Amino acid sequence: FAGAGGGNDIQWCFSQVKGAVDDDVAEADIISTVEFNHSGELLATGDKGGRVVIFQQEQENKTQSHSRGEYNVYSTFQSHEPEFDYLKSLEIEEKINKIRWLPQKNAAQFLLSTNDKTIKLWKISERDKRPEGYNLKEEDGRYRDPTTVTTLRVPVFRPMDLMVEASPRRIFANAHTYHINSISINSDYETYLSADDLRINLWHLEITDRSFNIVDIKPANMEELTEVITAAEFHPNSCNTFVYSSSKGTIRLCDMRASALCDRHSKLFEEPEDPSNRSFFSEIISSISDVKFSHSGRYMMTRDYLSVKIWDLNMENRPVETYQVHEYLRSKLCSLYENDCIFDKFECCWNGSDRQQRRFSTELFFFLPRLCSIVMTGSYNNFFRMFDRNTKRDITLEASRENNKPRTVLKPRKVCASGKRKKDEISVDSLDFNKKILHTAWHPKENIIAVATTNNLYIFQDKMN
Amino acid sequence: MFVRGLKRKCFDGEEDIEGTLAGIKAIPSYNLQRQSLLDMSLVKLQLCHMLVEPNLCRSVLIANTVRQIQEEMTQDGTWQMINTQSTGQASLDRLVSTDILCRSSREQAEGKHVPGYSTFTKDFEGDQAQDNSETMSTASSVQAPRNLQSNVWEMENPQENKGNFQKSLDQIFETLENKSPNSVEELFSEVDNSYYDLDTMLTGMMSNTKMGHCDGLETFSSPSTTTSNSNCKSDLNELDHIVEILVES
Repeated sequence: FAGAGGGNDIQWCFSQVKGAVDDDVAEADIISTVEFNHSGELLATGDKGGRVVIFQQEQENKTQSHSRGEYNVYSTFQSHEPEFDYLKSLEIEEKINKIRWLPQKNAAQFLLSTNDKTIKLWKISERDKRPEGYNLKEEDGRYRDPTTVTTLRVPVFRPMDLMVEASPRRIFANAHTYHINSISINSDYETYLSADDLRINLWHLEITDRSFNIVDIKPANMEELTEVITAAEFHPNSCNTFVYSSSKGTIRLCDMRASALCDRHSKLFEEPEDPSNRSFFSEIISSISDVKFSHSGRYMMTRDYLSVKIWDLNMENRPVETYQVHEYLRSKLCSLYENDCIFDKFECCWNGSDRQQRRFSTELFFFLPRLCSIVMTGSYNNFFRMFDRNTKRDITLEASRENNKPRTVLKPRKVCASGKRKKDEISVDSLDFNKKILHTAWHPKENIIAVATTNNLYIFQDKMN
Repeated sequence: MFVRGLKRKCFDGEEDIEGTLAGIKAIPSYNLQRQSLLDMSLVKLQLCHMLVEPNLCRSVLIANTVRQIQEEMTQDGTWQMINTQSTGQASLDRLVSTDILCRSSREQAEGKHVPGYSTFTKDFEGDQAQDNSETMSTASSVQAPRNLQSNVWEMENPQENKGNFQKSLDQIFETLENKSPNSVEELFSEVDNSYYDLDTMLTGMMSNTKMGHCDGLETFSSPSTTTSNSNCKSDLNELDHIVEILVES
């Protein structure tokens, strides 16, 4: 993939790393979500302590044409606080489960952030001027005695140091009994869905005191519960269509025009089980941890414990492509069950659309290559993987401070599953299962990726020639 | 007896075991491994209840695994082993096999900090009032299986989803209770009584007494009959219905 391949391969270089250097990780600093905004200028992270940190890309420096702008802290705010549910006598964690950006409509930026129970709409706005010259107030804010005012003046705006303010504009609460795992903004940019383990609700961004329940899989008798919702997403173009995935490895596509309660799916995507791989862990590893539509909406990608699958929305009975992320773990499932790693929820993402990927089209003259051509997902030992759908090549890279030099191409990594370990390979037993990359994000337009280790955020860029 | 040889792929380290004794010991070792997996799963379900709020997806997946094992054991006719061994003597074997089972990765895991599992057991030890639970640490320690299983039910926190959810496993065990009524009925006898206390539940005190369900063992005397179990269940349903209304309003 990198280096010796054709000129079209991406060569990833370290760009930046954010976060503490300590090996001792403060629990509140554990990154729980990463998301670029629609332009890619802003990069948001959420953590277990309920904080949101937004990084902003510097404007490209004309003199430094070999690298794109760096990301620097733009705004930090406390999105959610820990709460106590008095009825159940349980704490509600402040951990940010997901962040989703709204497309920009005016000078301010808006994002939705959610913890287990409550979704909040945040407005992030800049202030770089302030009014001066009031008639009734002194500069320090004290009120002047009106009788001392002899002339009138018009207040004017004067520049000040840039201040970025985040304020909660809407709070969408009390609609979820179970833990929220997904939020997804509709293509109408007016509504969004929120999904918990058993239900999916539809909200209007302006209305906080009610939501519509559109999916409810809670059985009448909880004793019969065998399946939960694990992720949900709106179709990128059809505002009436959404999908949700389950712990049994199925994806259901629903059409909101069919009925108010979309309990009956329009399509059910499920791959039949491979009998030769059957074990007591088959169901657990088939549980889907993430689902993402391609930019066109023609395909969707799902992540289960060992693989990434690409589905064509027109074909329900099996995926069109399957990529093994870390097949060498299949023989270790019992240990991973014991230490709970088997329940880790890895996310996945598509490459950004457009420009950069057209480099591939020079070889493929007779048909357009799929523009959503690369998928990325994380693994253990701070490894992350990318699969090129066109060339069928894949690469494993590592997010580590040891590859710290900007513009140095990252060295591909390799895990030795069995047998003799070659030099530079890592054996499966040496993998650090506490170093997991669950969250990754790809810039919507450029070849810039953000990869979150436990408490650090790495930014990699392709080597521009 | 091995109808489906495909199951040979189930467990880690299995190849080692089969390699040494050309399949003769494969059958009992498979049962042993399966039993270990069952015990491990029950322990995990129990530990679920110590968390902030149990991760429902994880609980459902573990419960499904337990169900799957039990179905298979029922078909194989080995389910009775659980009840005959409930005195705790064969437990050591089963837990040792878990050790063998996961040995290579445990050694690695012990060297590194494995947060979830071992931390939970430490918390569990810290909170426990009961003797029989204090000894519970990693799977390699000796633990009477009856206490393990009974603790699953006695430790349960009567919240809507968890309470109902545990009942699903309740029922699985219930169908098998006919095979050995005595021990299993005793398992059920203490569980449901805690649900009667609607007041304490609504004032949120039940979570503080979730460890104290073991205290309940001392206050509740004789095991009840199966009829009282069904009464318990209907009351439980009413209670859950009430809680559901309160929570969702």
